[in-house]
Amino acid sequence: MKIELRFYATLIKYAEKNKIPQFSTVEIEEGTTIASLLNKFNIPEKDVHIIIINGRNADSKQVLQDGDRVALFPPVGGG
Amino acid sequence: MSKIIRVNLTKKEVKLEDVSKEYDGLGGRGFTSAVVAAEVNPLCHPLGEENKLVIAPGLLGGTNCPNSGRVSFGAKSPLTGGIKESNVGGTLGVRLAKLQIAGIIIEGKAKDGESYVLLVNKDGATLKPSNELKNELVYNAVEKLRAKYGEKVAIACIGPAGEAKMAAANISVTDIDGVPTRQAGRGGLGAVMGSKGIKAIVVDGTDAPGVNIKDKDSFNKAAKVFADTLKKDSISGEGLPLYGTAILINILNEAGALPTKNFSSGRFEEANNISGETMREIILKRKGNPTHPCSPGCIIDCSNVYKLEDGTEITGGFEYESIWALGANCGIGDLDIVARLNRLCDDIGLDTIEMGDTIGVAMEAGIISFGDGEGAINLLKEAEKGSPLGKIVGSGCTCLGKVYGIERVPQVKGQGMPAYDPRATKGTGVTYATSPMGADHTAGYVIAMEIAGCGGKVDPLDPKGKADLSKAFQVATAATDCTGLCLFVAFATLTNERANPAVVDMLNAMYGLKLTGDDVTKLGKKVLQTERDFNKRVGFTKAHDRLPLFMTKEKLPPHNTVFDVSNEDLDSVHED
Ligand code: SF4
Repeated sequence: MKIELRFYATLIKYAEKNKIPQFSTVEIEEGTTIASLLNKFNIPEKDVHIIIINGRNADSKQVLQDGDRVALFPPVGGG
Repeated sequence: MSKIIRVNLTKKEVKLEDVSKEYDGLGGRGFTSAVVAAEVNPLCHPLGEENKLVIAPGLLGGTNCPNSGRVSFGAKSPLTGGIKESNVGGTLGVRLAKLQIAGIIIEGKAKDGESYVLLVNKDGATLKPSNELKNELVYNAVEKLRAKYGEKVAIACIGPAGEAKMAAANISVTDIDGVPTRQAGRGGLGAVMGSKGIKAIVVDGTDAPGVNIKDKDSFNKAAKVFADTLKKDSISGEGLPLYGTAILINILNEAGALPTKNFSSGRFEEANNISGETMREIILKRKGNPTHPCSPGCIIDCSNVYKLEDGTEITGGFEYESIWALGANCGIGDLDIVARLNRLCDDIGLDTIEMGDTIGVAMEAGIISFGDGEGAINLLKEAEKGSPLGKIVGSGCTCLGKVYGIERVPQVKGQGMPAYDPRATKGTGVTYATSPMGADHTAGYVIAMEIAGCGGKVDPLDPKGKADLSKAFQVATAATDCTGLCLFVAFATLTNERANPAVVDMLNAMYGLKLTGDDVTKLGKKVLQTERDFNKRVGFTKAHDRLPLFMTKEKLPPHNTVFDVSNEDLDSVHED
């Protein structure tokens, strides 16, 4: 199945390391969790502070569904 | 000994006063709100002789405590009709504090057509006629004032909008480079300054005595701890310096809470084009500066200097709020156009948030269409000219909505909403509804938890518990606004248990006090009570602590959610 993977701020470097665009459609297996997705792309979990799936806050245990929009953020704030 | 400068424009009189018992120990917002509540007739016209413009540095201003340079402006607001405090960085607060000035109170009213500069220095203050600056754009006026009074002076200046007494007029303050990039934006305080006949306040800090600190060693120790917590925090130590506050564009967009095209969607297709990440790339390519402190002693450096392709320095302090307002909310996805709009607002002296809301409503009204950057530029130029349409634009979104018969106006108490759709960030919605300031994100920044997950994560779409959270944030913010600390220290104070005690230690060391954390909370509550009480005397009731009804009915995509915090919950915010 396919998901949309979106890298932001300092995490954009992991898109570059994986030689994929900042916004990519990637192929994953059924039952993939966020944790295993991060692992697959060699992204250290401690660098990912906020995970937003389809606009909702998620944690690394969440199992991904076909067509999910997954956004990864380091700590961000402002005002 | 700290002094108060009292300036009366009717009598053309300047007095230096001792700080009365009533105002002693107050700083920043605590000072401005106390003076407005005590001295301003709540029923006065905001542009009349009886209103007062009050200016005060924070309690820690002028010290080596990092990020303590904010200065508060307060008055009865021409935009909301209620009490208003708007604070800003730059160099003004630090200069005033070092001159040992607890506050400036500007009262009375000059005759129509008169224009003055208030010059403040170590000997006190004087009024200087300044007819040559009339209707001058802010950047030009500041350049002329620096040529006359020296490069190092701090300046607060209004533009043509303030002089024309438009309700969305701001007060611009110079940053560490002497550029007027910092705006006390909200609530139309520039119009109050204009109504008094003051074009600019120039503060010359030469031979300033500096601040008195009772116990310097303890102070310095606590300041070091505090600095360390700011530097170690991943938001204030890394995210903000790298990307500025515009780092929020993408995350609010992902969360479905970035108000787009006059609050009709929570997602903007072109969000990434105007994001902090894109801005940093552009700035680096054009040799601007992506990491800039607006104020002496700032160690977070969220500000920036933005250049156009040809190298012209078009704007600075290019922030999330402004970029959202003039970008996503107007459907404009070109950062250079947004930068030009930002510069126009700063030059004419108009609040960027209010202008983004107003242009959004103008687009909804069909005056121009969504995404029309040149059209937006022209609307602001009308305001600069002072044409009838321009005056309507410069009076804010509520006024424009009324004139054009538009129901969907994103405002509370007449003030346009900032960059978080309250239907998708409900705690922030509670703050918009219940803050004495009108729709204001800084008054209780629940976004820290709803979006940034800072100090705990909460679901932004869930209405439960949001009233309590907003209340806690509003109280903490009111206290912070008394200290002169920039609100962005909150990311450290929310997550590092050493940060808040360090602030209390500094206050105690400076003033020889024995405050506890609880006392600081009490201070925040007292400021809010003072402000609520003033608004009550103006005639505000619970009915004013509500969002526009359309936001409780019209579903916001992509979550298709409405604002559903109950009225009982909203009313609980200010019950004790
Ligand atoms: S963090 Fe930003 S707003 Fe605060 S003082 Fe520094 S540059 Fe100014």
